[in-house]
Amino acid sequence: MRVTVRLFARLRDIAGSGELTREAPAGANVGLVWSSLVSEFPELSAYEKSISCAVNADYSKFSAVVAEGDEIAFLPPVSGG
Amino acid sequence: MVPVTAITSAPLEHDALVKALDVSGIGAVSTFLGLVRDNNLGKRVLHLEYEAYEPLALRGLELIVAEAKERWPSVRLAIHHRIGRMEIGEASVAIAAASPHRADAFAASRYAIERIKQIVPIWKHEYFDGGDVWIEGATADPDNAEAREKALRIACA
Repeated sequence: MRVTVRLFARLRDIAGSGELTREAPAGANVGLVWSSLVSEFPELSAYEKSISCAVNADYSKFSAVVAEGDEIAFLPPVSGG
Repeated sequence: MVPVTAITSAPLEHDALVKALDVSGIGAVSTFLGLVRDNNLGKRVLHLEYEAYEPLALRGLELIVAEAKERWPSVRLAIHHRIGRMEIGEASVAIAAASPHRADAFAASRYAIERIKQIVPIWKHEYFDGGDVWIEGATADPDNAEAREKALRIACA
């Protein structure tokens, strides 16, 4: 299945794009999508412990199972205010 | 009609924010503006660029309003966060908290800014004298009870 990956701030700089389309196996969770992204862009591994995620613009967990067409966002540590 | 929560690229004005709130029965409004500071960690800051995951950032602000309502039922809160390029002295965030009495207005306003820094997906790109860097603060997890407790503690100190 195909999913849309959204990346922000430094993560976007590392991947060279803020929006990617990627294939994920059926039953994949957010964590698996992240791991395959890290294989593609090894510099992302520095964020392993500090990122959080969202699915379809709602806060989510790495254990959440993704579906065809989902928008999966990876959020580096935030710095608003 | 001014929305209670907003992510906007337009300059922020706290007068407009106060107008977003219903002030019936209200005796106090506490407003807070966060400004772009001219220095950070010993470096001279030239300007900032804020980026957001807009739909989730808006959801985050709405969540903060709901959390504040739970803790301070009589408080009405409005929060606007600006994104895009901002110069020194410009406001990046504006908060208004209205309440029958001042103590809750001050507390809810402080709670809101602490929670923004914890959970709202907005990022500061700092351009300083000699380079630029993405500022990275907190891992955004609204379910992190410890972080929420900390924000409440600071608000009520």
